[in-house]
Amino acid sequence: MTYKAKFRVWRGEGGEGKLEDFTVEVNEGEVVLDIIHRLQATQAPDLAVRWNCKAGKCGSCSVEINGRPRLGCMTRMSTFTEDEVITVTPMRTFPVIKDLVCDVSYNYEKAREIPSFTPPADVKPGEYRMKQIDVERSQEFRKCIECFMCNNVCHVIRDHEENKPAFAGPRFLMRIAELDMHPYDVADRQDSAQDDHGLGYCNITKCCTEVCPEHIKITDNALIPMKERVVDRRYDPLVWLGNKIFKRSDSKTT
Amino acid sequence: MEIERHQYDVVVIGAGGAGLRAAIEARQQGKKTAIVCKSLFGKAHTVMAEGGAAAAMGNVNPGDSWKVHFRDTMRGGKFLNNWRMAELHAQEAPDRVWELEAWGALFDRTKDGKISQRNFGGHEYPRLAHVGDRTGLEMIRTLQQRVVALQQEDFAVHGDYEAYIKVFAECTITRLLKDGDAIAGAFGYRRETGQLLAFDTPAVVLATGGIGKSYVVTSNSWEYTGDGHALALLAGAKLINMEFIQFHPTGMVWPPSVRGILVTESVRGDGGVLRNAEGKRFMFDYIPEVFKHQYATTEEEGDRWYTDQANNRRPPELLPRDEVARAINSEVKAGRGSPQGGVFLDVSTRLPAEEIRRRLPSMHHQFKELADVDITAEPMQVGPTCHYIMGGVEVEADTGAASVPGLFAAGEVSGGMHGSNRLGGNSLSDLLVFGRRAGAGAAGYIDSLDRRPTASAESVAEAKAEALAPLQRAGENPYEVHHELQRTMNELVGIIRKADEITEALEAVQKLKERAAGVGAAGSRIYNPGWHLSLDLRNMLLVSECVARAALTRQESRGGHTRDDYPAMSPAWRRKLLVCGASPDGSAVTVEEKAQPSMRGDLISLFERTELSKYLTEEELTEYDKAVEESR
Repeated sequence: MTYKAKFRVWRGEGGEGKLEDFTVEVNEGEVVLDIIHRLQATQAPDLAVRWNCKAGKCGSCSVEINGRPRLGCMTRMSTFTEDEVITVTPMRTFPVIKDLVCDVSYNYEKAREIPSFTPPADVKPGEYRMKQIDVERSQEFRKCIECFMCNNVCHVIRDHEENKPAFAGPRFLMRIAELDMHPYDVADRQDSAQDDHGLGYCNITKCCTEVCPEHIKITDNALIPMKERVVDRRYDPLVWLGNKIFKRSDSKTT
Repeated sequence: MEIERHQYDVVVIGAGGAGLRAAIEARQQGKKTAIVCKSLFGKAHTVMAEGGAAAAMGNVNPGDSWKVHFRDTMRGGKFLNNWRMAELHAQEAPDRVWELEAWGALFDRTKDGKISQRNFGGHEYPRLAHVGDRTGLEMIRTLQQRVVALQQEDFAVHGDYEAYIKVFAECTITRLLKDGDAIAGAFGYRRETGQLLAFDTPAVVLATGGIGKSYVVTSNSWEYTGDGHALALLAGAKLINMEFIQFHPTGMVWPPSVRGILVTESVRGDGGVLRNAEGKRFMFDYIPEVFKHQYATTEEEGDRWYTDQANNRRPPELLPRDEVARAINSEVKAGRGSPQGGVFLDVSTRLPAEEIRRRLPSMHHQFKELADVDITAEPMQVGPTCHYIMGGVEVEADTGAASVPGLFAAGEVSGGMHGSNRLGGNSLSDLLVFGRRAGAGAAGYIDSLDRRPTASAESVAEAKAEALAPLQRAGENPYEVHHELQRTMNELVGIIRKADEITEALEAVQKLKERAAGVGAAGSRIYNPGWHLSLDLRNMLLVSECVARAALTRQESRGGHTRDDYPAMSPAWRRKLLVCGASPDGSAVTVEEKAQPSMRGDLISLFERTELSKYLTEEELTEYDKAVEESR
C-alpha cells in the first residue's frame, strides 16, 4: 500500500515564493495533511501549514489542492492516482504569510462589521421558546466551520482586491441570513445586507456552495432567500408605485 | 529585535470555552482584557466537543436537579472530586447554558420549545444541551460572537473595537513573569512573524486545555501540549490529580492516520451498542460492583430503557468512560477484537438511516469521508483514545485562583472538579461555569491590589533567551524527540499501568529532556513549526513527568488511573490527593500527598450509606452518620 508520491508545494514568504518538488511516502488511508506533516517531520521542518483538529471540524487547514479549495485533513490520498503530481498552494484570495499559511484577517474584520444577535429587550435567559422547525434554517448556517473557502473561491473578491471593502463574502452574508432567520432576532438586517455588506455583488454562481466542506447550501438557502427578502422590501411594484405617486421623502426605497 | 509590549488588566491564555468565558466576564466587569491563543480565533479545541453541555435544566425529565447532577458527577469521579467545584458546577450550569442562548446559540429543541437534552454515560437523566453532534462548535462560535458583540459596544463608545478586549491570535506564551511571589506579566511570541511580545498584567487566567499531544493515540489537536500546566508549574503553582487521564472508549482505529479521532458518546446515548468479534454485547460482563444496581443486566431491559426510563435501568454501554474504555481494552487483549484492532460500535441496526443522519451528522460525515464507512449501514470500529486530563492546576473552587497570587485557571487545565474521571458533557459546562468564575476572580483580585506588580527587565531577558535558543542551535530534529515521547507515554503510562513500566518511562523522559535541550530549528522566525515544536517540547516533557511520577505514587486503581499491580480501589487512597511541584527551571519535579478535605455535611447526606460504604473509610462513615443525624 505504501508508495512514493510526487508533491509540488508552494514555499515562500514576504510576497515571494515558488513551487517546490518533493517525493514523499504515502501510506494507506492517509490524507493530504498527513503528507504535509511527513514533509515537515522529514524534509522541511519549517514548512508552514495551519491545522488543528484533523477531523474536518475546525476549518484551519484550508488550502488549494490541484487548484481546488479543500481541507487538507479531509482530502484522502486515495482520491489521486499514484503517479499523479499533487500540487498544494495557499488560498489565493488572501495574502500569503508563508508557504501554505495566509493572512485571513479580512474575514475577522468582516465578522466584526455584522451587527450581533439582537434579542428583544424583555426576554430573559431561560425564557426562550423556539420550535425545532423554526431554528433549523439558522442551524444549517451555524454548521459553518469558518474555513473561509467560500470567501476564497468567490469571484467577487478572488481576483478583485478592489471589491473587498464593500463585500462581506458568502460566509458573512450567510451570517446575516442566519440572524435574519433567527426566531428572536429583532434587528433590521435586509437593508444593511444590500447597502453595507454587498449582497448585490453576488450573482449566485454557487461556487461557495460547491466548495463548502460542511455541504451547507449557502447560495440556495442563505443568499437567494436573503436577496428575495431585500427585493420584497425594495422592489415590490406596489410599494414602488406608491412611492412615486406620493413621493414619500422618508422612504428608504430608491 | 525589539520586544512588543502591551498593558492589560487581565491576560487570558487560551481561547476555548473557558478562556472566552473568562475574558467575557473580565471585560463585563470593566477590565481591559487580552485573549492570547495559539490558533486563529474560533479554532480552539472546544470545537471538537460533540455530545453536549450537561446542565440540570430538567427540560426532558423534570426529576432532574442540581443535586442529582452533583451526585452523578461525584460518582463518575469516584468521589475524588473537589466537592465544592462539583457543587458549584451542578448549581450554575443551567444559567450558563441559558446565557448562551441569549447570546445567540441555537440548541436543538424539545417539543414544547425548550432546549432539548440527551442521555449520556453516567448521567441519571437526559441532561446534555446539544446541537446534533457539534455542540462544541456552537459553543465556541457563540462565545466568539459574544466577544465580537462586546467589541462592537466598545466601538460605539470609544471608536475602537479593541479598546477593552483584544484577541492576540496565533501567539504562544512561553513564560509567566513575576514580581516577587505575584504574577506581573506573560512573555511569548507571534507565530506568524516570530515577533516577541510581553504583556504587563497583574492577572493571568490559564485556559490552555490539556496534554494529549504527549500520546500517540489521542483525540486532541496539536495545541494540546500542556502549556498552561507547565507555565503554572514553572511559576511556582501546584498541579493535582495528574495521574488521572481519561481514555475515551471510542476513538476511530482505522485508517492509521486518523487513529484516535473521537467518536462521540452520543452514538451510545442515542442507542448505539458495543459488540465484540463474536457479536456479543460484552459490556454486560463488565458492570463493576459499585454500579451494579444502576445498570441493566439483560439486553431486553437495556433496550427498553431508551423508551421507558422510569421502569428500566440503563444499558451498560452508558457506564462512565473509564469503565467502558477498560472493557474494550480487555476484549481486544483477549483476542475478541475487530479486524482493525478495536471493537464494533453499531448504530446501524438500532436506528433508521434518516434518524442517524439527523442525530449524528458529523459522525456520519467523518466515517464516510475518512474511513469509507457508512454508519447507517455498517458498524464502526472503535478503541480507546487519550482524550482528557482530569488533573491540572490546583485552584480555589470559588475563584479559580491558584496558589500564586494573580494566577487563575479554568477548564481542562485546572484540576479537581472531575476527580478521577470526568463524565461526558461535564466538560462544556465546566468551561462555562469556571471560566466565568475565573474571569470574575481575576477582576476581584485586581480590585484588591494597591499597586501593579512589575516584571523585572532581567526576567524578560531570560524569557527572550529561552525562546530564541532553538533557532540558534543546529541540533537534533524536534519531531524525533516528540515522536519518541508520544510512544513512551502511550506504551508505558497508558490506559493500564505497572510500576516497572512507569519507572522505565521516567528514565526515558529524563533522557528526552536532555535531548530536548539540544534540539535545533532550521529556518527563519516566520511561521516556523519546527521552532514552535522545540519550545512546546519543554511543556510536554514536564507534564509527562508529572503524570508518570503521580501514576507511580498512587498505588490503587481509580477512574482514569488503572494499575495492573494494584487493581483495587482503596478508601485510604481516596483521602489523598497527589500534588506536583517543580523548580523554576523545570527540574526537580516533586510529588506530595495532601489530605482530601471531607465533604460538607449537607452534601454527603445526599448519598445513601450503602453507596458510600464502597468508597469511604470507616472513620469517614462515622462522620457521615453524624452528619445525617445532625441534618434530621
